[in-house]
Amino acid sequence: MISIDSSAMQTEAVDLVNLPAQDTALEIRNLDLRYGDKQALFDVSMKIPKKQVTAFIGPSGCGKSTLLRCINRMNDLVDSCKIDGEILLHGQNIYDKKVDVASLRRNVGMVFQRPNPFPKSIYENVVYGLRLQGLNNRRELDEAAERSLRGAAIWDEVKDRLHDNAFGLSGGQQQRLVIARAIAIEPEVLLLDEPTSALDPISTLTIEELITELKQQYTVVIVTHNMQQAARVSDQTAFMYMGELVEYADTNTIFTTPKKRKTEDYITGRYG
Amino acid sequence: MGKWFKSGSPWIWMTGGAVSISLIAVLGLLLLIAWRGLSYFWPADIYEWQLEDNNGVKSTLIGEIYDREEVPTERLISAGHKFTEHPGEFVTRYLVKTGNREFVGLDFRWILATDIVSRTTPADVAKLERTKNGNFYGYPIAVIEDGKRLELNSEADIEASLFSHIDRAVDISDQALSLQKSDIGSINYQIERLRLKQRGYELDGELTDKRKADIKAQIEQLNQDYLVLEKDLFALRDQAARDSVVVRDMRGEEVILKLDSILDVSYVNHMNVLQKVGHWFAGIGRFINDDPREANTEGGVFPAIFGTVFMVMLMAVIVTPFGVIAAIYLHEYAKKGPITKMIRIAVINLAGVPSIVYGVFGLGFFVYMMGGSIDQLFFPEALPAPTFGSPGVIWSALTLAILTLPVVIVSTEEGLSRIPSAVRQGSLALGATKAETLWRIVIPMASPAIMTGLILAVARAAGEVAPLMLVGVVKLAPTLPIDMNFPFVHLERKFMHLGFHIYDVGFQSPNVEAARPLVYATSFLLVSVIVALNLTAISVRNHLREKFRSLEH
Repeated sequence: MISIDSSAMQTEAVDLVNLPAQDTALEIRNLDLRYGDKQALFDVSMKIPKKQVTAFIGPSGCGKSTLLRCINRMNDLVDSCKIDGEILLHGQNIYDKKVDVASLRRNVGMVFQRPNPFPKSIYENVVYGLRLQGLNNRRELDEAAERSLRGAAIWDEVKDRLHDNAFGLSGGQQQRLVIARAIAIEPEVLLLDEPTSALDPISTLTIEELITELKQQYTVVIVTHNMQQAARVSDQTAFMYMGELVEYADTNTIFTTPKKRKTEDYITGRYG
Repeated sequence: MGKWFKSGSPWIWMTGGAVSISLIAVLGLLLLIAWRGLSYFWPADIYEWQLEDNNGVKSTLIGEIYDREEVPTERLISAGHKFTEHPGEFVTRYLVKTGNREFVGLDFRWILATDIVSRTTPADVAKLERTKNGNFYGYPIAVIEDGKRLELNSEADIEASLFSHIDRAVDISDQALSLQKSDIGSINYQIERLRLKQRGYELDGELTDKRKADIKAQIEQLNQDYLVLEKDLFALRDQAARDSVVVRDMRGEEVILKLDSILDVSYVNHMNVLQKVGHWFAGIGRFINDDPREANTEGGVFPAIFGTVFMVMLMAVIVTPFGVIAAIYLHEYAKKGPITKMIRIAVINLAGVPSIVYGVFGLGFFVYMMGGSIDQLFFPEALPAPTFGSPGVIWSALTLAILTLPVVIVSTEEGLSRIPSAVRQGSLALGATKAETLWRIVIPMASPAIMTGLILAVARAAGEVAPLMLVGVVKLAPTLPIDMNFPFVHLERKFMHLGFHIYDVGFQSPNVEAARPLVYATSFLLVSVIVALNLTAISVRNHLREKFRSLEH
């Protein structure tokens, strides 16, 4: 069994099936996804609670990243990808034809596996999303940049070199910069796709601490390979296997008393 | 042996050898044209030969040695040459530039070493460079100022007086030239525009008597101005032609040369090395800065340099946006499928079409169709004389832009495909649309690749001559495409080009021997211009690469 960091476990277990609407950030309903002929997600349904950290775990190729990328429609970029089912944000299906993908993505930010800063200065990276929205007031941009960089716990490290190229930062700093960039546009949901898999242990720890901070303001959904990480940072955990959502419950339950055999096998390291 | 073969050394030797041969070839070529081209400007010693041929005829020859070769004696004998005693298997033969074209017929002459009685390098012999008829070699013996022969006793006095008088004449000639080119040129240009304006009114049926009188008055005024300027010009020319120099040539006769036809005088034989170096640099400077003279066999190549650089830059300005936009569509928006693939293959194959074909296309499509239509729509008053409907620098730039389009498209596409998808997705995830991502992230990151395409395009375009002969290049353009007359940039004008200049000087010249070193010098200059253009583009690219160096990892 894995020891569980109690600090992440302060929230009480919530009833995920009958989650009231005002506490639900996202609701996924009967989601099927195919890449050409190959089906990657099978009938996934879940409710993701507001201002909590929800982790997707599972072995490689189980569809957890695919599911995450459905939430901000990043899968639209894949030509052969076909999606059935609904994802509701504010009761509105994001796959509805009327939905503007760009404004959806402003509400659902995303941080990728490898840090991907733009070849611009640190400052310009952070305010990129704001400039896209047409904000050009220097003072407002400055404030937003400081707020976001503080929010991503990197302000003290970069405040003296805001106008240096972002590539001068270390990997961990770059990842926090990318998080700052994502929260600069104040999304409601923040998707983290294995955000620490390319980082060293110390940077990983910093990011994990940051994630617990972030849930004060944002709904965080994180995909992770690392079960200890899921146990440390998340409130809810979803275990996926072969494109199906096997078990979804509060993290404590999943890691201590999983209901399904597959989950237990994975948690105890029998495969994966 | 087998072991040696397995070790891979022969492979290394072979590949290394291939690289060395390429390097030697490139360096050899550059050295040859640089040496041949640049040594032309070095002031060669002027010799005076006493000759006596096998018939006993004595003569004097003054000139520079231009070339020498060993000729088999047998060939000379079979050509009817008689020798009093057999000079051995080979005879040295010198090519001497004798100048003085109007008196001796040819300004180059072969002399046999066996005919030479003596050779001296007299200190007071001078080379006079003239605006017409090439160089003159001889002994300056007197200066005539305003019809009066000056009382000068020593050689040094004559030299000093000659220099000061030539400086004065050159100054005045320059003034006359600038008056003629800028002021009088501008008046002619304005008169022509007024004439076209009147014709334009006439065509539109709006030529009222008032307008007619108005234009007539303006032309009258310009003609008045012109008469004043013309008087000034003639006065200047008279002033420049006031003095003369008396030179004793190799025939021993005294020749009077007007100073307004003399550009420079140099006593090469008593120059020291430093003076010669100065003279050499001055010669190169004049070659770069002056207009050509004497059917391009004398003078400089400035209009050709200007034309080449201007045309190439115009081409770059046209081809870059077109190529980049086409590449963006092909790479970012077009559906991946057989049609896109076919278009891409077609684009790549365009690069293989012989350039003269583009010239023919440019003449038919751009010059006649587009230019002709533009003339009918916008310049009907000048017809039947074409404005844009005849070859010009804009059509040349457009033709070369099509020629180099594939290069820009291919390298831009390559650059676009090298941009990590993580960065694109990062931008999209922040709520950017595809167009915003392209504009703010992708194109800036692809800019080094775009520059690479541009470098290749410039290198190819600057060296192309064949298509230009159809769409805009001429042997001698009276005016540059940019001048001080409104609208300052005249894209319809014909222009001169270094590549065509090489062809023209080398193959169309009436004076082959005089032109030969100019071919090398111009070639060297063309290579230098291309290298300079490329280095500029490469330094811009390196700057961009530094800025977007994320691509390297």
